[in-house]
Amino acid sequence: MAVIAEEANEITLENLWKTAEGQRVLSCMQCGMCVGTCPYGDVMDYPPRRIIGMLKEGELDTVLRSNSLLTCVTCYACMTKCPRGIKLTEVLLPLVKELTFVQLSDVPSELQRALENTLRYGNPMGESPRKRADWVKTSKVPIRILHQDRRPTDVLWFVECYTSYHPRGQDNCRATARLFHALGIDFAILGNEEKCAGEAARMVGESGLFDTLMDYNIKVLEKYEYNRIVTSGAHAYDTFKYQYPPRGFHRPVEHTTPFFARHLDQLKPKLTKKLNYTVTYHDACVLGRHNGFYDEPRRLLAAIPGVRLVEMEHNRANSICCGGGGGGMWLDTYYKMKGYERLSERRIKEALNTGADVLAVSCPYEVSRFEDALKTVGGDKKMIVRDVTELLAEALEE
Amino acid sequence: MASNIWVLAETWRGQITETTLELLTLGRELAGQTGGPLEAVLLGDKSLAAPLGAADNVLCAANVAPTPEAVAAALAQLVRERQPQAVLVPWTNLSMDAGALAAAQLNAPFVNGCKDLKSDGGMIVAQCVVYGGKLEAAVAATTAPALFGVLPGSRPAAAAGNAPTVTEVAVSVPEARVKFNRYLEPETGDVDITQKEVLVAVGRGIQQQDNLELAESLAAALGGAVCGSRPVIDQGWLPLSRQVGKSGMSVKPKLYLMLGISGAPEHVEGMKNAQLIVAINTDANAPIFNVAHLGINADLFDVVPALTEKIRAVKGGA
Amino acid sequence: MNTLVLLKMVPDVVEELEVAADGKSLDTSFLRTIINERDDHALEQALLLKERHGGKVTVVALDAPDIDDTLFAAMAKGADRAVKITDVPEGLTTQTAAKLCAQALAGLLPADLILTGVQALDDLDGLSAAIVAHQLGLPYIGVVTGVTADGPTATVIKEFAGGVRGEFAVTLPAVLGVQAAEKPPRYVPVAKVRAMMKTQKIETVPVAGDVGAATIEVRQLAKPVVSSHAEMLEGSPEEAAAKLVERLAQRGLI
Repeated sequence: MAVIAEEANEITLENLWKTAEGQRVLSCMQCGMCVGTCPYGDVMDYPPRRIIGMLKEGELDTVLRSNSLLTCVTCYACMTKCPRGIKLTEVLLPLVKELTFVQLSDVPSELQRALENTLRYGNPMGESPRKRADWVKTSKVPIRILHQDRRPTDVLWFVECYTSYHPRGQDNCRATARLFHALGIDFAILGNEEKCAGEAARMVGESGLFDTLMDYNIKVLEKYEYNRIVTSGAHAYDTFKYQYPPRGFHRPVEHTTPFFARHLDQLKPKLTKKLNYTVTYHDACVLGRHNGFYDEPRRLLAAIPGVRLVEMEHNRANSICCGGGGGGMWLDTYYKMKGYERLSERRIKEALNTGADVLAVSCPYEVSRFEDALKTVGGDKKMIVRDVTELLAEALEE
Repeated sequence: MASNIWVLAETWRGQITETTLELLTLGRELAGQTGGPLEAVLLGDKSLAAPLGAADNVLCAANVAPTPEAVAAALAQLVRERQPQAVLVPWTNLSMDAGALAAAQLNAPFVNGCKDLKSDGGMIVAQCVVYGGKLEAAVAATTAPALFGVLPGSRPAAAAGNAPTVTEVAVSVPEARVKFNRYLEPETGDVDITQKEVLVAVGRGIQQQDNLELAESLAAALGGAVCGSRPVIDQGWLPLSRQVGKSGMSVKPKLYLMLGISGAPEHVEGMKNAQLIVAINTDANAPIFNVAHLGINADLFDVVPALTEKIRAVKGGA
Repeated sequence: MNTLVLLKMVPDVVEELEVAADGKSLDTSFLRTIINERDDHALEQALLLKERHGGKVTVVALDAPDIDDTLFAAMAKGADRAVKITDVPEGLTTQTAAKLCAQALAGLLPADLILTGVQALDDLDGLSAAIVAHQLGLPYIGVVTGVTADGPTATVIKEFAGGVRGEFAVTLPAVLGVQAAEKPPRYVPVAKVRAMMKTQKIETVPVAGDVGAATIEVRQLAKPVVSSHAEMLEGSPEEAAAKLVERLAQRGLI
């Protein structure tokens, strides 16, 4: 998957046709693979195929006024399938989403609150930034906070918002800390200096908010000495990897799942508790389709004693999005009002069909979305949701 | 004159309000401390005065239009003439405007959100709720007369007692620039849960749509409405207008009775400022028990029918 | 239809509020301020009126930390002018602050309406809207949730309790204390606010004169006593239900 971050950041609707990506867009043969694979393709007024058609006719205004792109959850499915290799989710869709957002006369209220909170408090929940590192007190292993102890570190662990503030996210970060500790990793966190990496803001079209967050984060990240950033946030990983470098920020970044997979030889002997779970793994869009990490989580899960892996009908590149991306995390009520099925419910039914005990995930949005969906479809007695790091930590020796 | 304690009596739809009677109880305590009489100010027909027997005297001025302007002008005039030490005004939508305007006209303080008052060294000191309830302030009025906006619920309502002594007074009210047209009743369609004083909230624990009936009966017995957390609304068991939480409404009722709601942050966000939060849940470790004031760790299907019956029994006798 | 909107910043209660060493004031070390929510509604109502009837919206505020951001955001939402009152003395209360604002507002008249929030969570000794109205000799009504302006009078909706509202006719010009705008305050994209900061200026006007001392004295500021776990009502479901009924009766809820 070629990355064209530098180019992507300079593309505007005005100069689109002059760029290589613009030429690819023009080569669209209207085959409809994008619509067919889009999880909301059946309800979106203007799916990618039609957008490109309208764009060529100079009719983009109609697309923008339809607010159709609020339904795009930036799952990379269309981009993955496009036979012309049009980087839909990387370039065209964010452009159109940005233009849609700026002309919205009524921003759906849940989304509005999430964006206002993110600007003001550095997290969409509206929690005080001074509480972002409160979870550290509940960690079973020591956690170093860089602004208190400025010595260089090997890993700067970017914890992210849901992981820091949401009770289920905190289960994840406590597990992650234990794993780092067990591996003898030298790590530290930013603590209360950390703010949302901003991927959701960018992918819903609030580019001003994204720029503000990115500028802030780069300033903070440049203060300290470390070898790499490892983040628990799949969306944070994506944005550090593709959006921050064109702004001048070039540090190695990894997501926890592939990071732990890289250390599997060292980790496996410590996974001594037998879990006796049948596990099905949900491929997160950003980690899977966009970054190709399909094997890593599966290798980790297979290394846990007593875990039996089963696959859902749609897996790997065909995985069905949980619906949290592109602002979708805060648009559930909006989608409901329009009568759309919630994607997390569609997906959870597939998960339940496997008969597995555990749905394993590796993106913080997914835990609360799938736990909610289990309750709604009445499957919460049959299945639990766990992040891969939670399962690893559960199997970890004391 | 400098020790008189006044209570502005508020009337709503032809009746003295409960809050007025609560203020009389507080006023009586205060008057006991200052040594002055307790007087009620009734800007309405003297036939409404009957419940005000707890006051030593009722100053009654008729023909005052039900607008904040008219009430404020009348009150300010009486205060200027008679110089009480303190005027207790109900801190309600109905009366706070008038209290604030009167205070402005008198260049007196209108102390906001008082939950308690006492006399201390010749000054009236209020205990005020500030910053949304996060802090409380002890505020002394350094001049007299001073006006105090007193929160509902500060004291129990004073009994009507003997027929009050009514002193009819005349007030001249300036030409009206604000005129009352009419009341607008709430739509008989659906309920605005943000306006309800009692809410019965249902969550996933209600299990099926048919079981909503239990919650409806309880809500009816309490004079409230049913609302829900997101999973319930998403199932279509309750309309969107009943949704409380991050994706729904924020409510601050006097009573928020939660049935089978675990207390996920997304829901708590919408109701954490309710005055009395009661949670019924089978899970003793449900996070809601860290948010609720009162909790019952039992099955709602066992508790709710019993609760509804007992409430009906209490109300039936009232 | 020209409106003036009076805004102020209040402590942001999302943050923990700490009491300063003097035991009477807020510790400002980590204090953040935010626009008074009711004032945000007042601004929204003014913008809605502008959309319906045309005219100009001017936002006015006393100088305070972070007020500039708020004023630029107001302009990004559609306000035409922003005026900041400078040389603000220390130790203002609601009453004294409102009097200073009234002086500045007087200098910005004529206007058809002055809108401001009916109350703020840091109000101690008055309601700004009412004080401003009295100082300017204008009619006033508060707890407003709707405004229709038809010429020399406005039809104003005021909220009572239990969902009942009252309709009033108010001669203009007037001061309205807004409880809620007819729609929730609109979102303003960050890029638009930044654009305002580059292209617009906030006008300033110094405080006009002395407004005298406050008529209250804060003797103490403290946290209320609160417990962190629910009091559990024990016993069989019947017994627990009975205990709950007793508690509800005690609180006057039944």
